Amino acid sequence: MTTVTSVHEPAASLSGTRRARPRDRWNPAPRRTPYTFIAAAVLLFVAVYVVPLGYTVYLSTQKTQVSGRGLGPGARQQVSAGFSNYATVFGDGEFWQSVLRAVIYGCILIPIMLGLATLFALILDSQRVRFQRFGRLAIFLPYAVPTLIGSMIWGMMYLPGFSPINSTLHALFGMQGINFFGQRIVFLSVANIGVWGGTGFNMMVLYTALRSLPQEVYEAARLDGANERKIALRIKLPMIRPAVIMTAIFSTIATLQVFNEPYAMHQIAYGGVSTSWTPLMTVYQDTYTANNVYLGAAESIVIAVMMFVLSAAVLRITNRQIFGGEAR
Amino acid sequence: MKFPRSAKAAACAFAAAALVAGCSSSGTPTASASNEKVTLTFWSWVPNMQKIVNVWNASHPDIQIKFTEAAGGDAELSKLLTAGKAKDMPDIAQIEYQSLPTMVSNNYLADISKYDDNLQSDYPAGLWSQVTVGTSALYGVPQDAAPLAFFYRKDIFKKYNLAVPTTWAQYATEAAQLHKDDPSIYMGDTVGTDAGLFAGLTQQAGAQWWSASGSSWSVGIDSAASQKVASYWGNLVQSGAIDSQTAWTAAWDKSFSSGEYASWISAVWAPGDLSSSAANTSGDWAMAELPQWTAGQHVSGAWGGSATSVTSDSQHPQQAAEFIAWLNHSTQGTSLLVSDGSIYPASLTAESSSSLPAQTFMAQSDFYTLAKQYSSQVVAATWGPDVPVAYSKFSDAFASTVKTASGYLAGLTALQTAVVADMKANGFTVSGS
Repeated sequence: MTTVTSVHEPAASLSGTRRARPRDRWNPAPRRTPYTFIAAAVLLFVAVYVVPLGYTVYLSTQKTQVSGRGLGPGARQQVSAGFSNYATVFGDGEFWQSVLRAVIYGCILIPIMLGLATLFALILDSQRVRFQRFGRLAIFLPYAVPTLIGSMIWGMMYLPGFSPINSTLHALFGMQGINFFGQRIVFLSVANIGVWGGTGFNMMVLYTALRSLPQEVYEAARLDGANERKIALRIKLPMIRPAVIMTAIFSTIATLQVFNEPYAMHQIAYGGVSTSWTPLMTVYQDTYTANNVYLGAAESIVIAVMMFVLSAAVLRITNRQIFGGEAR
Repeated sequence: MKFPRSAKAAACAFAAAALVAGCSSSGTPTASASNEKVTLTFWSWVPNMQKIVNVWNASHPDIQIKFTEAAGGDAELSKLLTAGKAKDMPDIAQIEYQSLPTMVSNNYLADISKYDDNLQSDYPAGLWSQVTVGTSALYGVPQDAAPLAFFYRKDIFKKYNLAVPTTWAQYATEAAQLHKDDPSIYMGDTVGTDAGLFAGLTQQAGAQWWSASGSSWSVGIDSAASQKVASYWGNLVQSGAIDSQTAWTAAWDKSFSSGEYASWISAVWAPGDLSSSAANTSGDWAMAELPQWTAGQHVSGAWGGSATSVTSDSQHPQQAAEFIAWLNHSTQGTSLLVSDGSIYPASLTAESSSSLPAQTFMAQSDFYTLAKQYSSQVVAATWGPDVPVAYSKFSDAFASTVKTASGYLAGLTALQTAVVADMKANGFTVSGS
């Protein structure tokens, strides 16, 4: 037995090395090198993404169980809840109303913000405009203000009896003050903060895309007799379409996540903005105020899935758009 | 104590863990020797608490207190509930009475009965029952009492020839009369913003928002007594006799400093608040008993008030309890709390002490005598284990409803439903709903 194996073994290893040799020559580094390179990224991805996500999924299947009056040590226990938290989320009218509010908010915010951003980018890019650098900075500056601070400043301007907007309207036209926290108008009040803060960033993205377009195209258009307006509408706009679509995707994702602006509004005046005005505010309310981290986790997972589906859908549609545009 | 909500606007709950990063955990968890040097962390929102802590630290080299200022009651509670999950709470925390059952129910407070039970005789029975939460344990030592009272502008009342209202009926009549005489002035604002004030007023009317019997809770938020209060204020605001704006905003502060409001229904901590929001009116204010539902009665409710507690994360409950006893019971501690923290002390010894400083903002010589009297008139209250939910739902329900009697009543019903649903979701046994 031993002789048989000893005969066979060198042969096997010999053939093994012979087979491996050509690859070694072309690819001299050991095979684990690529894994070493991606290890850091994978570790980080697992540590800051997969593990918290898994923990959130776990929490979403738990609940508290109170025994007796619920006072004193050991009165509150964490028990498995199955999918009952998800059932609560799907049956919770308040949660879906907050989703609906975020959608309405997005329908107001995104067209206005991207429209203005495109307009400003085209204006700044046109050759006749003076004070370009100043204009760029002035439009971009609100983006540099933290949203919470920007929201508080706007909130002060909305406060009845304090509002410079209302006192100006009153002084000029004798108008009664606008209630910026009214049930309907508050959507505009909050969206206004989003427009104010977001236009500059999106303008920068579009402006950068415009600057990278080849100048020869304009020259050709001018030779053909196109004026600045026609160049903007027929040449520049179609050519920066991928950038416009990208800003639209980012804005859509940001819309469902809106938190800072309405949260600050809520703190300033309770009137129009309730504690569960947007989906993330509902999560915050349930997790931190109501101290029900399990329900909050289930809501977070539902929001994450909705965002994933939404982003995938937008990407799918826009991919077709981008490539379709290039093919033509 | 209660401070403007605008001051706690920053969303800082996430920073909870970071704030206590420097927390001490030296020594063994059990029975550390009293001569060992420890550092304890402490959260509170009493003004100038750092100064008071410095006095303690100077004389107690072995028990050093590291103080972190909190934004206010609600903000601190959210942070504590979050930090508690991470087992990262400070050693010592200021907690409003109505939030104690929530903390106890989460098992976040340490039982300090073996260290501080001997202090019981120094506190009113009503406040002591708050810190025991109806059990045999002790979850804190009362710091301040916050009975409701009627604060009014002497100059405005004199100018419009108003008498200090002793009943709610009289308050309503005078409110209507005042606003008719001068449409730019209101008797005050409505009570639909702050759940603490509304709860205190219903407490005076005889409502028991929560009560416990055996192992089950009952919720009486939408009770007849609460409904009486809700329709009273709904009718007043509907008639336009009082102002309807949201409280605790900059515009609301302005209504006090500009003299638009002739009175404020508040608690005895009000002078501290007015002295910052309406400093120009110093000396114009006086305090009187809260108007009564039945003439000749003398009952009041409370709005806030806090205890100081040791959390279940503390490794040194004995030393923490020692500091709390000094702060809320000793003559040195309580007089510092009164002079620097401008609170009204819960300690009976401190209440009757002659060393209480004069109330400079009110210019009212019998301020503390009256405060003591109102404090004894407060109806005992039991707070439930989910007060934060009730208080935040209150702001939703009353802010979004129409400001009429029926709107306020609908808000009350919505609040009751939400609180019962939340308690049931957490597995509490709720009866009588």
